[in-house]
Amino acid sequence: MNEILIVSGKGGTGKTSITAAIASIAENAVFADCDVDAADLHLILSPEIKETHDFISGHLAEINNNSCISCGVCQTNCKFEAIKIKDGSYYIDPISCEGCGVCTWTCPVEAIDFNENSCGKWYVSDTRFGTMVHAKLNISAENSGKLVSVVRNKAKEIAKENNNDYIIIDGPPGIGCPVIASMTGVDAVIVITEPTLSGLHDMQRVIDLANHFSINAYVCINKCNINNTMAETIKSVLENNNVPLLGEIPYDNNITSAQINKQTIIEYSDTAAAKAIHEIWHKYIITRSKI
Amino acid sequence: MIIAVASGKGGTGKTTISVALSLSINENIKLLDCDVEEPNAGLFLDLNSIQEEIVTVGIPRVDNKKCKFCGKCQEVCQFNAITVLKDKVLVFDELCHSCGGCEKACPAEAISEINKPIGTITHAHSKSLSFVQGKLAIGRAMSPPLIRAVKNRIDKNIINIIDCPPGNSCPVITAVNGSDYIILVTEASPFGLHDLKLSVETMKEITIPFGVIVNRTIPTYAEVQKYCKMEHIPILLEIEENLKVAKAYSEGKTLIDTIPELKVQLQRIAENIKRGIL
Repeated sequence: MNEILIVSGKGGTGKTSITAAIASIAENAVFADCDVDAADLHLILSPEIKETHDFISGHLAEINNNSCISCGVCQTNCKFEAIKIKDGSYYIDPISCEGCGVCTWTCPVEAIDFNENSCGKWYVSDTRFGTMVHAKLNISAENSGKLVSVVRNKAKEIAKENNNDYIIIDGPPGIGCPVIASMTGVDAVIVITEPTLSGLHDMQRVIDLANHFSINAYVCINKCNINNTMAETIKSVLENNNVPLLGEIPYDNNITSAQINKQTIIEYSDTAAAKAIHEIWHKYIITRSKI
Repeated sequence: MIIAVASGKGGTGKTTISVALSLSINENIKLLDCDVEEPNAGLFLDLNSIQEEIVTVGIPRVDNKKCKFCGKCQEVCQFNAITVLKDKVLVFDELCHSCGGCEKACPAEAISEINKPIGTITHAHSKSLSFVQGKLAIGRAMSPPLIRAVKNRIDKNIINIIDCPPGNSCPVITAVNGSDYIILVTEASPFGLHDLKLSVETMKEITIPFGVIVNRTIPTYAEVQKYCKMEHIPILLEIEENLKVAKAYSEGKTLIDTIPELKVQLQRIAENIKRGIL
């Protein structure tokens, strides 16, 4: 089994469109959408939900105003400036609360409740290309990293049960908590970049992260013809760092049209971009088979 | 005044708008890049007098001579960042939220805090613009403490523009919290619309007024504009899909360099936000 994470560092380089396209080519694969903050893969794969699970993680503190003596100890002890005063009484701003619980056990009159926090839902679904595990984090909820781990573990479990060859993960942008949770332990990272200054800068940071975890990184340059000079710069950076380039995908406004039609670019039209993604996937399979 | 520029989906043009807005307003402006995982605003500015400082968070260290291995610290830690064994205590720095709970809970006073670097803050100037940028160190998971550190540099006497990270969870909330107005940047596509809806739900929850800039509009997809109208969300600006802009962006040129006439429109948006019209 081969677990592949598709990331970019920078948002909007085409991770989800390319993941969906690969989903329509890859044989015997399971898909996981680990961009739980702003999941979009389902808009193309149109999953039919088979299982729904609650994601309960962490706690939130809440002051019980009937017992509170307004001593202010909680406010002094809170490192997150989550305890505020309104009309003379203390309250906890759930948006700032990290759920550390320090206020609950330092309160001299036990006036602070500490309730389990429902942070979202996760799903197992059928799609026209195979099983998909995905999730929805509640609005302004925390613990996206933990939800990512839940999604990945379930995808792995399914892949083992069904003897799938690939787990293909649509990753979140950035290099922080949810990306780290998506990346640790995968077999390979495919970085989707674009030939822009920001694309280059962010690609380097996400490759550094893969190196940090000793994971093989591969790169695709999307929208490669927007700036050919920059695409060349990216290629020489990759060469100097011994990072294999899987291929280049030309800018193609059919990708948006396909998205509007809820189709992958492969299904939508046999364009140059679709051909390039086909080649990228085959190159990946060949490269991996040599390892 | 604080204006935050945010979006659920990445790559819709947050940084482009933050930079263009900062360069359009004819006043003292401070631009704060709070997308600390992938800070890019600085790539578009001609920066000088650059200064860097290291940002740290407090992480517990246990004095084995004082520790009685009672397990109290492990019991209070909500993040599984500290584990007490028979004769030693393991601290998992990456999981620690720096709440200080273990130090307070320890009956033997065996725990103290050390400062662990999580990233850097860069201060710089570009003509009349003050610029502050946070950059998370590779391998560090938690960006909110660094975002808070960047925001501590807000100058309340002038206009502050915050370039936010993408998404809808803790890093974004930390970045937009306390702003006077939020500009949500989206793109005219199903992904853009879907993630805009999530952002709108978030904004309603944190009760900060907001408006939308629709980027890369195309004639074949007007769903984003329709949605905004239906929800009575002000559309502050629409920018047409334009390969010339994409090319200029790729070279590190600003939106104002490519479409100078947008300057007046962005000025007007800032003016209206200031007057509380939006």
